[in-house]
Amino acid sequence: MYGKGILKGLSVTWKRFWDTYIDDISWAVSGRKRYHSEEGVKHRSSKNTKGIFTVQYPEEQLIVPEEFRFLPFLVYDEGADGKKEVRCTSCGICAKACPPQCIWIVRSSDPVTGKPVATPADFYIDADICMNCGFCAEYCPFDAIKMDHDFDIASTKRSVYNLERLLKPASYYAEIRPLNYTMEEEARKAKEAAKAAKAQAAAAATATPAA
Amino acid sequence: MATPILTQTVDLAARFPGMVTADARPGYTGFIVNKENLLEVATAVRDEFGFDLLSSLTGVDYIAENKMEVVYHAFKTTGGSGLIFKVQVERIDPIEIPSLTHIWHGLEFQEREVWDLYGIKFTDHPDMRRILMWEGFEGHPLRKDWKEAFYEEEVKPYKSRWPEGKHTFAEDKNPFHDNLNFPKDFDPEKYVVDKEEDLYASLERHTMKDEAGKMKTDSVVVNLGPHHPSTHGVLRVAVTLNGETVMGLKPVMGYLHRNHEKIGERSTFTQIIPYTDRLDYFNSMSNNFGYVTTVEKMMNIQVAERAEYIRVIMAELSRVQNHLVFIGMLLNDLGTMFTPALYAFEERELIVDIFEAVSGSRMMCNYYRFGGVVRDVSDEILQKIKDLVFDRLPAKTDEMERLLNENEVLVGRLKGTHVLSAEDAINFSVTGPVLRASGVPYDLRRADPYSIYDRFDFDVAVRHNGDMMDNYLIRFDEIRQSLRILEQALKQIPQGPINSQKPNYQIKVPAGEAYGRIESPKGELGFYIISTGKGNPYRYHVRAPSFVNLTAIEKICIGTKIQDFVALLAMLDIVMGELDR
Repeated sequence: MYGKGILKGLSVTWKRFWDTYIDDISWAVSGRKRYHSEEGVKHRSSKNTKGIFTVQYPEEQLIVPEEFRFLPFLVYDEGADGKKEVRCTSCGICAKACPPQCIWIVRSSDPVTGKPVATPADFYIDADICMNCGFCAEYCPFDAIKMDHDFDIASTKRSVYNLERLLKPASYYAEIRPLNYTMEEEARKAKEAAKAAKAQAAAAATATPAA
Repeated sequence: MATPILTQTVDLAARFPGMVTADARPGYTGFIVNKENLLEVATAVRDEFGFDLLSSLTGVDYIAENKMEVVYHAFKTTGGSGLIFKVQVERIDPIEIPSLTHIWHGLEFQEREVWDLYGIKFTDHPDMRRILMWEGFEGHPLRKDWKEAFYEEEVKPYKSRWPEGKHTFAEDKNPFHDNLNFPKDFDPEKYVVDKEEDLYASLERHTMKDEAGKMKTDSVVVNLGPHHPSTHGVLRVAVTLNGETVMGLKPVMGYLHRNHEKIGERSTFTQIIPYTDRLDYFNSMSNNFGYVTTVEKMMNIQVAERAEYIRVIMAELSRVQNHLVFIGMLLNDLGTMFTPALYAFEERELIVDIFEAVSGSRMMCNYYRFGGVVRDVSDEILQKIKDLVFDRLPAKTDEMERLLNENEVLVGRLKGTHVLSAEDAINFSVTGPVLRASGVPYDLRRADPYSIYDRFDFDVAVRHNGDMMDNYLIRFDEIRQSLRILEQALKQIPQGPINSQKPNYQIKVPAGEAYGRIESPKGELGFYIISTGKGNPYRYHVRAPSFVNLTAIEKICIGTKIQDFVALLAMLDIVMGELDR
């Protein structure tokens, strides 16, 4: 019969049309919020999603996964008296690994001896050139530079971020990337413990002949 | 499922003594052909040795040796390894090499590209114009002595970034200061942009008479694009029409050209990976795959076992979403606005969510590294992939087929509209689904297996009529086969490390050349890389399937109606990021 294929196709769109309402009603009946709630957004990006799929940005936002990367930031640890202990040692690996070469680092040097000091005097990232590849965070040996989650940064000017703008506390990092943070902290603690054990063993070794 | 690999060594040097010598440079393979004998040797390569598919042609500028080289990579559609032959010429303008377009028509655009970017003229070429740069552009950008605007240093990393990295805006430096070259006798004040004539002259123009021989009519030139919803980006096509029938056609491209290859040659090997994402931006996973496999070939390293599986899973997911979107967009071009496209995009969103969760970005994944991948796929994400592959995607593919396949209007439109015959497809170097839809079972996952594809049980999707309907249906076949591979990969994936190498941002690659190719969703994606043993490639070439497939568009469209042109262009599944590079 001519037109059978069209009817078959229409049955698909017909089913999809009702799916929207069925899903909405079943959520409403069970008292859950399908829209404007984290649960609803999660449902709409799961394998069981049916009906309306759209996430109404900016009223709703997709939940970004932990690995989501958007522009780097520098991590600092909060010191005892609120001092910012910048993790960066200005070794320059991120600047060398950066594909569009958007990282500019000024290494600080000791005013007396003139020798380089392991902290950056200034740190610039040209955010307009950054391609969000994440190499800086990937190759940083000190876990000092990490990729951010904050993507609402539209501006009308050129955005060049300096050290002050880039610094964010380690607690913020722990908040956006909890799994990575705990993994790194554990690795660091294990390393420190190994180092301490080694130092102790060395001290014991030097102490024995003296005794 | 081991696939027999045809390893047949062809000794051109023995067949053509005095005309051909083996390439003896360390790390190089293939043969160097005398310029004078090129046509004769190339004809023998095709007719005598059976290398019917000339997949890639590119130039290399050996400035230190004062030589230019053109490299040809020929393959057999029955599978197996390829034959590489090269022509070397003195680097003194004008550089001329005989064109091989009469043997392999698929070289037309690639030869134009080499002329455009290297300044090597191909004599006897039917249409020797610039292709990516605009007419009137001075210089040939891929030559080693050509410098781009804002040129800073020969290779990255730039010294100005560290340790004294005081930020400066590139635009503050006068771009017209030290690297602007005017041609002789050029006066910018008097310059008038008047270079369209060459394009229109290259189109076939006809004057027709009616039956009585009285009324004369001229054919009409119509420009489609560059901003046109059906051209899939900024592609412009100049068409000559007789009524509604297409008589001649020339695509104009390069609106998205950024000299990807020059950027690659300036970057380190690792830095290129995120740039490859931007080629075919629908399938950044596949692009990464092709590039890292090529470099791994040169470095001669093993890939971690688990990473091999992850790579295949990601590449096949990428193929599934590409083909779904292809079907959606094809229907969009045929006039069914939105419904199929949005249905397709729903599934694509779910796949792209997975890419985002593993790699951190939805489209610019930057996920593959030399020796493995960047991070592991957690069990949670693996479960999500399983949910999609085992439950959702098969059902949704069926639903898409129910929605469209039997629709009489669609069938009437697609069935019988001829795209390409098998002979033409091979001759035009067309690869991917378009080639397979015309009856040639040529799929690199089987023909020249890479990674671990030889472990999976799947069929090469092939259809035989070569019409639009077959081109459309083969995408569904390929989705099904990809799902089959995914099911097996997800069941077999082992635990273990995800990279066989230590993380290193400054890898050194042994000197030599390599051509690596993979079956990207759009066709054969090839990378030709030459290393001199330093941290940056000396030559980095991308053989983009969209670009080479588009060579056949004139052949496909002549004689069809202008309405079908839009659908035929969609059939080729081009992406401008890859086409213009």
